[in-house]
Amino acid sequence: MSLFRKTGRGVVDDSKVINFTFDGKAYQGLEGDTVASALLANGNHLMGRSFKYHRPRGVLGAGWEEPNALIAVDRGKGRVTPNVRATTQEIYEGLKAESQNRSPNLKFDMGAFNNAFSMFFPAGFYNKTFMWPKSFWDKVYEPFIRNMAGLGPAPDADDPDVYASTYGHCETLIIGAGPAGIAAALSASKSGERIILVDENAHMGGSLRSTPNIEIGGKPASKWLEASLKALTKAENVTLMTRTTATGYYHDNFVALAERVKHHIPNAKIGKVREALHRIRAGKVILAQGGIERPLVFNGNDRPGIMLASAAQTYLGQYGVAVGNEVAVFTSHDSAYQAAFDVADANTRIAAIIDVRSTIRDDLIMGATQRGIKIIKSAAITKTFGKLRVNACEVYEPESGKKTKINCDAILMCGGWTPSLHLWSHSKGGIKWDADLAAYIPDMPNENAVCIGACNGDFGVAAALSAGHKAGGGRKAYKTNEIEFGSGVVLSSLPSYLDSSKQKAFVDFQNDVTEKDIKLAVSEGFKSIEHVKRYTTNGMATDQGKTSNLNALEIASKAVGKPIEKVGLTTFRPPYTPTTFGTFTGYRDNELFDPTRKTPIDPWAEANGAAFEPVGHWRRAWYFPKDGEDMHAAVARECKATRESLGIFDASTLGKIEVVGPDAAKFMNLMYTNPWSKLPALGCRYGLMCREDGYIYDDGVVGRMAEDRFHVTTTTGGAPRVYRHMEDYLQTEFPELDVWLTSTTEQWAVIAINGPNARKLIEPFVEGIDLSPEAFPHMTLREGKICGVPTRLFRVSFTGELGFEINIPAHYGRLVWENLFEAGQQYNICPYGTETMHVLRAEKGFIIVGQDTDGTVTAHDAGMSWAVSKKKRDFVGKRSLARPDLVAKGRKQLIGLLTENPNEVLEEGAQIVDDPNQAIPMDMLGHVTSSYWSEPLGRSIAMAVVRDGFDRMDETLSIPMPGKVIKAKVVKPVFYDPKGERLNVV
Amino acid sequence: MKYSAISLFANALSGHKKWPVQFPDKEPKKEYDAIIVGGGGHGLGAAYYLAKRYGITNVAVLEKGWIGGGNTGRNTTIIRSNYLFDESAAMYDHAVDLWDGLGQELNYNLMFSKRGVLMLAHNVHDVQSFQRHVHANRLNGVDNKWLSPEECKAFCPPLDISPHRRYPVMGGALQMRAGTARHDSVAWGYARAASKLGVDIIQNCKVIGIRRDPDGAVEGVETEKGYIASKKIGVSAAGNTSVVMEMAGLRFPLESYPLQALVSEPVKPVMPCVVMSNAVHAYISQSDKGELVIGAGTDQYTSYSQRGPLHLQEHNVAAICEIFPIFKRQRMLRSWGGIVDVTPDRSPIVGKTPVKGLYVNCGWGTGGFKATPGAADMLAYTVAHDAPHKINAPFNLDRFVGGRLIDEAAAAAVAH
Repeated sequence: MSLFRKTGRGVVDDSKVINFTFDGKAYQGLEGDTVASALLANGNHLMGRSFKYHRPRGVLGAGWEEPNALIAVDRGKGRVTPNVRATTQEIYEGLKAESQNRSPNLKFDMGAFNNAFSMFFPAGFYNKTFMWPKSFWDKVYEPFIRNMAGLGPAPDADDPDVYASTYGHCETLIIGAGPAGIAAALSASKSGERIILVDENAHMGGSLRSTPNIEIGGKPASKWLEASLKALTKAENVTLMTRTTATGYYHDNFVALAERVKHHIPNAKIGKVREALHRIRAGKVILAQGGIERPLVFNGNDRPGIMLASAAQTYLGQYGVAVGNEVAVFTSHDSAYQAAFDVADANTRIAAIIDVRSTIRDDLIMGATQRGIKIIKSAAITKTFGKLRVNACEVYEPESGKKTKINCDAILMCGGWTPSLHLWSHSKGGIKWDADLAAYIPDMPNENAVCIGACNGDFGVAAALSAGHKAGGGRKAYKTNEIEFGSGVVLSSLPSYLDSSKQKAFVDFQNDVTEKDIKLAVSEGFKSIEHVKRYTTNGMATDQGKTSNLNALEIASKAVGKPIEKVGLTTFRPPYTPTTFGTFTGYRDNELFDPTRKTPIDPWAEANGAAFEPVGHWRRAWYFPKDGEDMHAAVARECKATRESLGIFDASTLGKIEVVGPDAAKFMNLMYTNPWSKLPALGCRYGLMCREDGYIYDDGVVGRMAEDRFHVTTTTGGAPRVYRHMEDYLQTEFPELDVWLTSTTEQWAVIAINGPNARKLIEPFVEGIDLSPEAFPHMTLREGKICGVPTRLFRVSFTGELGFEINIPAHYGRLVWENLFEAGQQYNICPYGTETMHVLRAEKGFIIVGQDTDGTVTAHDAGMSWAVSKKKRDFVGKRSLARPDLVAKGRKQLIGLLTENPNEVLEEGAQIVDDPNQAIPMDMLGHVTSSYWSEPLGRSIAMAVVRDGFDRMDETLSIPMPGKVIKAKVVKPVFYDPKGERLNVV
Repeated sequence: MKYSAISLFANALSGHKKWPVQFPDKEPKKEYDAIIVGGGGHGLGAAYYLAKRYGITNVAVLEKGWIGGGNTGRNTTIIRSNYLFDESAAMYDHAVDLWDGLGQELNYNLMFSKRGVLMLAHNVHDVQSFQRHVHANRLNGVDNKWLSPEECKAFCPPLDISPHRRYPVMGGALQMRAGTARHDSVAWGYARAASKLGVDIIQNCKVIGIRRDPDGAVEGVETEKGYIASKKIGVSAAGNTSVVMEMAGLRFPLESYPLQALVSEPVKPVMPCVVMSNAVHAYISQSDKGELVIGAGTDQYTSYSQRGPLHLQEHNVAAICEIFPIFKRQRMLRSWGGIVDVTPDRSPIVGKTPVKGLYVNCGWGTGGFKATPGAADMLAYTVAHDAPHKINAPFNLDRFVGGRLIDEAAAAAVAH
């Protein structure tokens, strides 16, 4: 057993020794220890280096507020976690911890030369230098700064661990399981309603675990705690969650809980959940987050061994660890006396209690006297000594001017207490300044929430218990034997004989922000606390100012010469403590990040060697390479086969919306540019949709199933937004219309059959439909059966060939596909993908919305004035289409381009100019929107939008590419079968 | 006092007690030649350029809170100019030209770091869209080049270019002279330089009314600190521009949305550049301090709440981990929200308004930081000349009537 371990205390199990390493050195701790408590038990205080000056640091606290003792925990490749607080990492057998931000090692850190020259690096120094020579910033200064900065190691491999998430609901969520939270849970549990009690630590109990001498109702606190937790565990309506941090409080009592499931487990298996996010919607939230002790800001207050008084109390009470052999206590608040007494009662020598105040409560003086502790009143520590651990301090008594050097190997400090308002502030609850506490406390709530105990400014166990019981609906008043929690003074600067510029009095320990930095910021005109924060970086370290914000505020307000409440408070933001990206990501990893939508025919395409492309959320068969073909060869073959005989294409991803109701036609008239009133039942029409700005938004073939029913198709990527767009108008602009919209995208599988043999292929399978050209003309639809399955059969074509689109219930998609594919063998049927579809449609000059249009193209620009009704009184976008700039000369219009060299395929996106020799910036006329090799035509084809393109027919334009200029002629964008005769194959 | 290594050294020896105030807190005078409403980078920059370039030094900047406290201090500090349309390319490239050397001009290190901005393509449509950008930028003289997935990986080693990702990297467009700058310093640097030229920076001074003469021209502003006269008022108030414009009886085509961002805990250098991905909707860089700085898209709904919902944070982080699975173990340190003002075509409005003497610079949506010097200069030019410069002339208010929109986002529309 180590020198500093006091056996038989706290939550650690004396019988279970745990082995771990820190910076490669082997240590032993006890089960229940944190890395910090175990290292302290071994007499090791040096645990880290600060961010800016690389100063040696030990622990400041014992919990989640810790700014100094940050370590990297190494569980192997991809499983190194940087910036872990040694004070919260439970040890486990084989734990490997490394110190950070030092080189070559923690004891001897080259970076500490920053400290020697710290006078040249005050707050905001980087704004004032590193400006010349100009090129040095990117090349010299910045890389140097970046290498010096950063804390933990950067990741070098993917994290193999698994993260999870859940949703939950409860009537009452209680955050913080100290005395207040537990008492609240006890009384609230009586209601039978669902209660969740969460605590960030491994064990519930909060301060009760650090103060074992307190009695509640005449019984030891430990007994009360044990009985209470037992009762709560038994209550079926109560859920207890430990190692779970409430990280953020969002709108309407929505609270994020981050649970660390495996952080304390040795050999945690990959594949098991490491952390989980629980999203809780609570009826009421009870915040019992407690308070955080404030450090004192004095010269040399950061040496290893100097810590918060409550931290020493926790190390002793919870882990049975003494933080030193000879401990000085420096305080401006009564509460440190209890800490000093606890330490003294555990047989550690208290060198002195140095109190800045002149009057001290009698019972405290008596307690000290009984224990033989010397109190030095009206005094302050003005210097500390020791390199990697404090070994002495200088006590200064301003009244007499006396200076005394006192030997000590630890200093406990207490500058008062700050209620934890973090989550309360997330919820936008009001706060007010409490002059007695010298702290902000909760004011009016913004949600159904209440703060109790220390976070409400009610310190002390009895107060916490009673407030908790009341918040849970009870009325019990608790009695304890604790000494009065008491009060203190908050001093922005402590008495010292030293010039402030000679002092290093740290406010934000991790970011090395000193008192003089804050004063410098104010003297340079940064008077808002937000400015002070940003100029000095106070409160911006990984502890987010838990121990530094109030001290900084105090110092700044005094420097500004305004009361604190006029200086303001920086805003607390989620998360309460840093939370892994994995927790936020949860299950949304790779495939589940955004589930890939697949059609019913997708497995067939995969089995048949398709290459896929992502389109919106879908994956679509891109092309079907055979025998090592590249895309170009495969597409050329697929195009040829389709034009010559027969192609089969999976069009299931097309968006489908069923528009139904007595006013369906009226609604269609408003949403699309085309007229719909006269379209007879079983007729089809190409529909073009605008937004109110008049630009093309979407398109697709619409079939009219009946007088009051339309089968609308949309583009693949546009389906969700078109549906939303329609619903938006229906609900907000046209609520008087009697229409229902149903997304049916997933209900129908769609198989497009194209080519001269299309009719011959499907004829044997179709029942109840006369397929003859006379009975079933182009752009109509019929209902019947195919392969015994009900179908909506459209005679439409996106290729220019005779075509049918077979809509069947999705579950039959693959069955019908396979039947047709097998029967199609006699016609050399060719499955083709999206690339061939694009080429075939481009040969016909059919546009793809989003490729040939880009949100700045009107129907007129696209050469589709025929699709815009001139007779309709109104439709979405009509008014905009009449705007002066939309009818002016100079609009970019969709045309075809044929390159001079027929073998040259233009790059899509290439820019078009009149004069390729002009200076940069060039006057660009437009760009190539679609460009392909056309196998049937034996040459390249392209579509483009070009300024005044319709008037430029037969002009030759230039496309300047790196190293060359390509010439192309403007033509009509219909390259293949301009008369459309191929649709009429009999 | 000029800032330099020498002055830093000299002041260190005197205990840093002699540094002058960077931007004195002024009480408003009765009248100014021009007033800028809004003390962000854009507004402070406009005041600086009015004084520096256009000879109007009797200028006040009115800020309702603390300078740089709006979107200037809340953005992810990305600077780039590889925009598609000629108008945008000219505007943003003007800004990038000014960024280069701005620190030296202001004698304030803005830490403008030309780390390069890499925009990833994850599908065929992205590839087409970015290649269109690359081609257009080349002919506009804006640097932007196309990288293969392997070249992307070489430029940004932490990137995962495995073809098996849900959003595989199919290439990227890289602008080398793009990068990041320290946002707060931009506000402070402009404020300090403007103050030196005689500009009054007045904080905690909310504008509550705009006074107009019988002919409708502006006469001055009512503020929390009393009435201040000026015949020229430039409004540069981001998300609150529509509120200020209402005071002059103008309804502006702006919608305000919350936009969230976050940083991780600091770690040693790992991200050498800025990476953006439109498909997964996220962007990331690493600050000089070591924090990963991450942003995403706006909320779906309009609001003035500087507080974002959890599900967007989840999506944002998941999106980053999709392209950088290596970062999954890093921890979110702090998140925050800002209010962005969005126009119908998501391009800004910089120019005159129908009210004489009232000028505006707004509607920068999610991309205003990168434009700071350019927008500021254009607003200053317009205020000084009562007419727009040719660079900001297309970004007028009339385009929403006439229809000549500058719709960058629409040009990157996805559909098939």
